[in-house]
Amino acid sequence: MRIRVNGNSIEVQEGTSLAAALENAGLTLFRRSVKGEPRGPLCGMGICFECRVAVDGVAHTKACQVQVRDGMEVICG
Amino acid sequence: MAERVVILGAGPAGLAAARGAVAAGKQVIVIDDNARAGGQIWRGQGERTVPGAEFRFGATVTGIEPERKVVRIAAQEVAYDRLIFANGARELYLPFPGWTMPHVMGAGGLQAMVKEGMDVRGRRVVVCGSGPLLLAVAANLEKAGANVIRVAEQANWSSLIAFGTSLWRWPDKLAQAATLGSWRFRAGQWPVRAYAGGVELSTGEKLDCDWVACGWGLVPNTELAQLAGCELRGGFVAADRFAATNVPSIFAVGELTGIGGVEKAEAEGFAAGAGRAIERDWQEWVRRLDSHFALREELLELAEPETTVCRCEDVPLGRLRQATGWRDAKLQTRCGMGPCQGRICGPAVEKLCGWKPDSVRPPVYPVRVKDLLEQ
Repeated sequence: MRIRVNGNSIEVQEGTSLAAALENAGLTLFRRSVKGEPRGPLCGMGICFECRVAVDGVAHTKACQVQVRDGMEVICG
Repeated sequence: MAERVVILGAGPAGLAAARGAVAAGKQVIVIDDNARAGGQIWRGQGERTVPGAEFRFGATVTGIEPERKVVRIAAQEVAYDRLIFANGARELYLPFPGWTMPHVMGAGGLQAMVKEGMDVRGRRVVVCGSGPLLLAVAANLEKAGANVIRVAEQANWSSLIAFGTSLWRWPDKLAQAATLGSWRFRAGQWPVRAYAGGVELSTGEKLDCDWVACGWGLVPNTELAQLAGCELRGGFVAADRFAATNVPSIFAVGELTGIGGVEKAEAEGFAAGAGRAIERDWQEWVRRLDSHFALREELLELAEPETTVCRCEDVPLGRLRQATGWRDAKLQTRCGMGPCQGRICGPAVEKLCGWKPDSVRPPVYPVRVKDLLEQ
């Protein structure tokens, strides 16, 4: 299936988490910290909130606890 | 009307509790914030279910009222006759220079990502930290096609050998260790600095790698139990041989009562679900695990003044050291006030500064205003 990340369409595997799909696509910058540091998933289990991205217009969505859906719109970084 | 047993957590302990409760003829509801059952250790291993039990996935419990015997999922209330906490544990994160770089993850964290579909074929991985979990993670990574170039255990060989008799209880772990090739497993070493494209170890070696999987041990998720008024003992939820806590109708099982792995979790879970006494006392096993993988003092000196401790609010160790306690640190620096609410930084701050986090208040987990307003 395909999802859009920052306006670009990418191919992802069904049954993967959004976090895993982003990493597989080489998109390692999920968010920037308060001081602007690049951050990505740390805990993989929904606790650290480092993997948050905007999904279908909803900000602060934890990518590690969301499965990819066809046509999903993601804003990260 | 059958007794209503509500179980928080669908990992090994929660699933066993569900099986026990169903077998005892109870009405069973299992609540978990993940999309599927299995917790951490059984993540990505296919559908696990308990026939006869109702599962509510993607549900985060944000509050609890023991007097009215309800738990809250945002604005929704779930009533219980008996409540079983099986929330499990999370990883302990010890800050070290560079640990916030994107190529550094928790050991269980990297494993979880792989189980949720991250491709690590051909990737070089350094697994480091402490505990039997490291071997399990390394084995799973290799199975997924990764090249685990080092497993660095901070405990010394003498500690591991002393623990050796217990390893025979985990023949699968021994097999995992054997498949790794002993030359990639090292004891008595730990990461001191992550750099772009690798990690430097205490031995002075710089290992170029794609991922650093760093796990220092487990910390129980006691927040909800604390909110319910459950007493803690040594950081764990105090429970008796029936898994009962000091709060009527509330029980705690699995990693919440002591880090002890799957067998303990299932034994305690099943007993609590069925309303029976736990057949075996697991505390000796818990103590043995804890003592043989105790974290050495050097690990508390890895973080430098500029090293980020609170990742949510970017608070470095140097600023924290100016505070007088956890509450003062929160007020002065916002440490612990970000989305993770101290779940990541709290245990590290406790080890580095000696401060115990203060009381737990609802919502225990970030919740959207609209979810609170919905009826």
